Amino acid sequence: MHEFFRVAWIIVKKDLTVEVRSREILYTTLFFAISCVLVFAVAFVREGAALTEAGAGILWIAIAFAGTLALGRTFERERHTETLRALLLAPADRPAVYFGKLVGIVALLAATELILLPLVALLFQAPLLGRPLLMGLLMAAGTIGFCAVGTLFAAMLVRARSRDVLLPILLYPITIPVIIAGVRGTLALLEQVPNEALARFWIALLVFFDVVFVTLSLWTFEPLMTE
Amino acid sequence: MKAVHVAFVLLIALLVFGHEGFAQPQPPAGPPPQIEGFVPVDSLPPAEQLPAARLLIIAYAFVWVAIFFYVWSLWKRLGKVEGELHQLAKRTGANAR
Amino acid sequence: MRRMFLPALFVAAAMFAFAPVYVARAPFESTMGLVQKIFYFHFPSAILMLTSAIVSGVGSAWFLARKRPSADRLAFAAAELTVLFGLLTLVTGPLWARKAWGVWWQWDARLTMSLLLWMIFVAYLLLRKYGGPGSETLSAGLAVFGMANVPFIYVSVNVWRTIHPKTTVVPTLPVDMSAPLWFCFAAFALLYMTLLTARMRLEEQRSQLEQLYLEIED
Repeated sequence: MHEFFRVAWIIVKKDLTVEVRSREILYTTLFFAISCVLVFAVAFVREGAALTEAGAGILWIAIAFAGTLALGRTFERERHTETLRALLLAPADRPAVYFGKLVGIVALLAATELILLPLVALLFQAPLLGRPLLMGLLMAAGTIGFCAVGTLFAAMLVRARSRDVLLPILLYPITIPVIIAGVRGTLALLEQVPNEALARFWIALLVFFDVVFVTLSLWTFEPLMTE
Repeated sequence: MKAVHVAFVLLIALLVFGHEGFAQPQPPAGPPPQIEGFVPVDSLPPAEQLPAARLLIIAYAFVWVAIFFYVWSLWKRLGKVEGELHQLAKRTGANAR
Repeated sequence: MRRMFLPALFVAAAMFAFAPVYVARAPFESTMGLVQKIFYFHFPSAILMLTSAIVSGVGSAWFLARKRPSADRLAFAAAELTVLFGLLTLVTGPLWARKAWGVWWQWDARLTMSLLLWMIFVAYLLLRKYGGPGSETLSAGLAVFGMANVPFIYVSVNVWRTIHPKTTVVPTLPVDMSAPLWFCFAAFALLYMTLLTARMRLEEQRSQLEQLYLEIED
């Protein structure tokens, strides 16, 4: 058990070190997410102001799109430098490798969301920061669910043909329930009087999804990455 | 399934739906507006008299057509592969001699 | 099995031909009238879509665990049938809904998740076609997640307030409605088994062909 987390932590440190030096994926993901939000903000304007409820949906769409991009770029980098093969050849528990990559990508998306959330709140005049703790839990649970499946699929598609277009095709149908739960939870918190009970329900559902997806991914990572 | 098969099925579906009336404006989500009192079916405004029989026939027809299409597609694919296998067997048989 | 294919197909076709007669004799449902009879085809299609998703998931899990090609063939065949029966469900459903609910579609739990399940298996077929070598393993991973979806779909109507009828309806049908229903279900199930076997055979022949080509090249 200790070994599992030690290996995962080594991988997280490696990814963070590489990312901190170049910041390539962070900046490009962030910029893409912001562009996404801006496009939608312009599209959903009525009488000069953007719709508040649209903000909830746009936030999660931006996370999904930016997340897909980040996943693709992260594993493309691994493929390019042949480090994925090195990771798989290392005498490390495969699920631990998966978990390490997962934590790294969640951290990357979390950094993006830190900037995205206030931006969406501003552009859509949505009081997203009204209940910061619940909002934070919602975002965390949703991001983990999305990334759990995303990391698995991105890793397994590394050696496939047409991997760029196949990742969204495979990922979105499975993670749409996560996005739906995230949007519903956000909408609950955006009401005149934030509906905390409903938000908590959606958070609980997201946690359940997270547990199921992470467990399934841990089980299938090894056979999927083995040729 | 070959792309042309999928396109054919989708075309049929489109014709079916198009015929039923994409032109009609979508009613709002939720139950249709309540009609006060009892109104016999014949006196309802035409928009409410949706042709149930037509929907039913379209549904059953679609199921039959789709299944038939799939069986036909399977049959064709099987025929092609078995034809190739047969040819290959003949070639290797000829080479062996 | 091959010899059984044509007779089984004929039996299924005969059952399908008789089905409308049987369905026409069933009594009308009180609130929905004639259009409710779509139910006799919609319900079996839906159940078979869910079953096929599970079969594909189980086959995929077995393939991931043991790497047996027959497991992969089962998973592939079942995935294609999930798409077929899913298409039937997703077309007959809205045709019924247009009359019964007034709208073609509602974004409630069961409809949304059924659509997503269908899309997952369409993605499976796309992956098999365009993923290149090694896509058997990848699609197996996808199908396992698809299978995980199925229990959610089934219980969604009981847990969430939704416009779709609950699962308590079918067990409590009166005999003259449940008899034609189970007849249609038997017809569909027989058809499903026939198609599954035939589709698996196609995959088997294809891999045989590939083997032969490889041997020739040596």
